[in-house]
Amino acid sequence: MRAPDLIRFARDAATGNPLRTFLSVLAVAIGVAAVVVLTALGDGARRYVVNEFSAIGSNLVIVLPGRSETGGFNPANAITGTPRDLTIDDAHALLRGSAIRRLAPLAVGTSEIEVGGKLREAMVAGTTAEFIEVRRLSLAQGRFLPDEDWSRGSAVAVIGAKIRDELFGPEPALGRLVRIGDRRFRIVGVMAASGQGLGMNNDELLIVPVAQAQAMFNSNTLFRILIEARSREAIPAAKTQAAEILKLRHEGELDVTVITQDAVLATFDRLLGALTYGVGGIAAISLAVAGILVMNVMLVSVAQRTAEIGLLKALGATGRTIRLLFLTEAAMLSLAGAAAGFLLGHAGAALIRHLYPTFPAYPPAWAVLAALATALATGLLFGVAPARRAARLDPVLALSGR
Amino acid sequence: MTSPQIELCGIERVFHLGDSAVHALRRIDLAIAPGEYVAVMGPSGSGKSTLLNLLGLLDRPDAGTYRLEGRDVTTLSAEEQARVRSERIGFVFQSFHLVARLTAAENIALPMMLAGIPAKERAGRIARALDDYGLADRAGHRPDQLSGGQRQRVAIARATIMRPAVILADEPTGNLDRATGEEVIRLLEELNQGGVTLIVVTHDPALGSRARRRLQMEDGALRHDSMQEEPAPCAPPT
Repeated sequence: MRAPDLIRFARDAATGNPLRTFLSVLAVAIGVAAVVVLTALGDGARRYVVNEFSAIGSNLVIVLPGRSETGGFNPANAITGTPRDLTIDDAHALLRGSAIRRLAPLAVGTSEIEVGGKLREAMVAGTTAEFIEVRRLSLAQGRFLPDEDWSRGSAVAVIGAKIRDELFGPEPALGRLVRIGDRRFRIVGVMAASGQGLGMNNDELLIVPVAQAQAMFNSNTLFRILIEARSREAIPAAKTQAAEILKLRHEGELDVTVITQDAVLATFDRLLGALTYGVGGIAAISLAVAGILVMNVMLVSVAQRTAEIGLLKALGATGRTIRLLFLTEAAMLSLAGAAAGFLLGHAGAALIRHLYPTFPAYPPAWAVLAALATALATGLLFGVAPARRAARLDPVLALSGR
Repeated sequence: MTSPQIELCGIERVFHLGDSAVHALRRIDLAIAPGEYVAVMGPSGSGKSTLLNLLGLLDRPDAGTYRLEGRDVTTLSAEEQARVRSERIGFVFQSFHLVARLTAAENIALPMMLAGIPAKERAGRIARALDDYGLADRAGHRPDQLSGGQRQRVAIARATIMRPAVILADEPTGNLDRATGEEVIRLLEELNQGGVTLIVVTHDPALGSRARRRLQMEDGALRHDSMQEEPAPCAPPT
C-alpha cells in the first residue's frame, strides 16, 4: 500500500467516527496543553523571581551577619562563640576595598509613622546617601538622604510612593514634618514606585539616615551591607576583599556571610527550574493517561471494524498493511491532539499573561518539544497493541461477524 | 484434459469446540479445471463455507494439500497467501461487505489500493468497471445510498478489478430479491464465460442447477459430484 493511500484511508477511518476521534484528540490535547500551561507557570515564576532579583541592583555583593558556611577549626571560635554584630564602622572599613565602588549600610526595623492624626505601620530602612545608587532606585520628588557623616544622621526622611499616597493624598508631602517612632523627621523626598525587591516593598518603605534608625531601634547592628563592585568582573574580588577586611576587624574570625547577587540568582534559578521540571513531569502523566485513552479508543475501533479488517484481508491486505493502517490512525490522533494541545496551551499561557501582565508565563521551548514528542511517542506506543490485535484477526471469524 | 487449476488432496479441517472436535471437512479430494462453473450445495453446517474459505486462503487445512495453479499454497506464509489472494482470487459475499464510509468507486478501488497500484492507473480501471457494471452514475454514492443489487454489483466489480483467475461467491444472492438475484448471477456467469473460474456456494437448488458442475456436501464430506460418479483419488504428492 502506498503512503498517500495509507494516510488517506486512516484519515477517513478516523473521521468516519467523529465522536470517538474527537474524544481521543481532546484527551491528548488536554495532556499537551497541561504541560505547556504548567511549565509556563513554573518557568514564569522562575523568570519573575530572577527579574525581581536583577532589579535590586547590579554587580551587587551583600554582607550579612552570622555564618552560614562550615569551616575548619578556628582558634577564635574557641574563645567567642557568638558572632559579632555588623556595625557602621565595619561598613566604613569596607570602603578601603579596591574592587568596591560604593556601598550602603542597611538597618531595618518596623515602626509607625504619624502625620496629621493619620497613623500607619511601616518598615524603616536606615541607610546612607549611596543607597539610591547601589539599589538603582529613582526619586519621584525632592532629593535623597544628604551625603553626611554616617554616624550623625540628620532628621530627614524619604518615603515610598504608597506611603505618600496614603498619608498625604493630593497634598504636597515635601517639607512636611512627620513622627516616626518617637522622633520627628522632615520629608525631603518621595521614591518613584518600583515594587518588590530584597524582600521589602520599596513603595511602603521609610528611608532615614542609618544613625537615626539605629537610635530609633536602640541597636548598633546592621541588617545588611550592600556593596556595589566596580564591574561585573570585579564581583569575586569585591567579595573576597569584603570577607578579608571584616575578618581582620573581627579578630581573625569570619563571622559574616558574603553573598553575591549571582549566587542568589543561581540558587533561585535552580530551585524554580526544578519546580518547572516537577510540574512538567506531573503534567506528562496526564499525557501518558491520554496515551492509554488513545489505546482504548483504538481497541474499540478494532472491535467495531472487525468485519472491515476481515474484508481487507480477503482483498489481499497483509498483516503488515493492517498494522500500518491502525498505527497511522493512532499517530494521526496523537498528532492532531498534540497540535490542538499546543495551540490550547499557548492560548492558556497568553490568557495568564493577559490577566497578570507582570507575570512572564511563557512555556519553555524544551517543555513544548518534550510534550509534543511524548504525545506522539505514547500515541504510537499505545497504538501498537491495537494494531497487532487487528493484524492477528482471523479473517474467517472477522468476516462472519462473530 | 487440461491440468487442474485447483487441486485439493486429502483436506481435513477440524474445529475444536471445548472438548469436542467437529470435523468441518473430511478427506476432501477435488480437482477443478480453469474456467469451470461449480456450485457447492448442501445443508447449512455441511462444510461448504469452510471449503470456500479454504479455497480462498482465508483458512488453513489441518491436513492435506491445496495446489493452486500447480503451486502448493498451504505451506506459504501468511504474507505470501495475502499476495495470492490479492492477485488470483476474488470474493463475493452474501452480505456484500462494502466499507460503509467509502463511496462505490472507493470500494471498488480497495484491492488495487492494497496492492499498491498508483492512483493514476486505478482511476482508469475504476471508470471502466463502473461502466461495465452500470454504476457510472453511482460512483460517488456510499453503500447506504445504493440498492441491494447495486451493492452486490459494486462487490462484484471489486472482486474482479484485480482480474483474478478464480471468483468465490458465498450465497451471492442470499440477501437479494429474485429479480436482482437473477441479474447478479447473470453477471457472474458472464465473467465465467470470459474464462474466470466461478465457484458459488448456495443452498438454493435453482441457483445450483445453473452450474455445469454441482458438488453436494454433507457432514464435511463430498457426497456427490455431477461430473464424476466416484471421486478420483488425487495424485500422490510428488
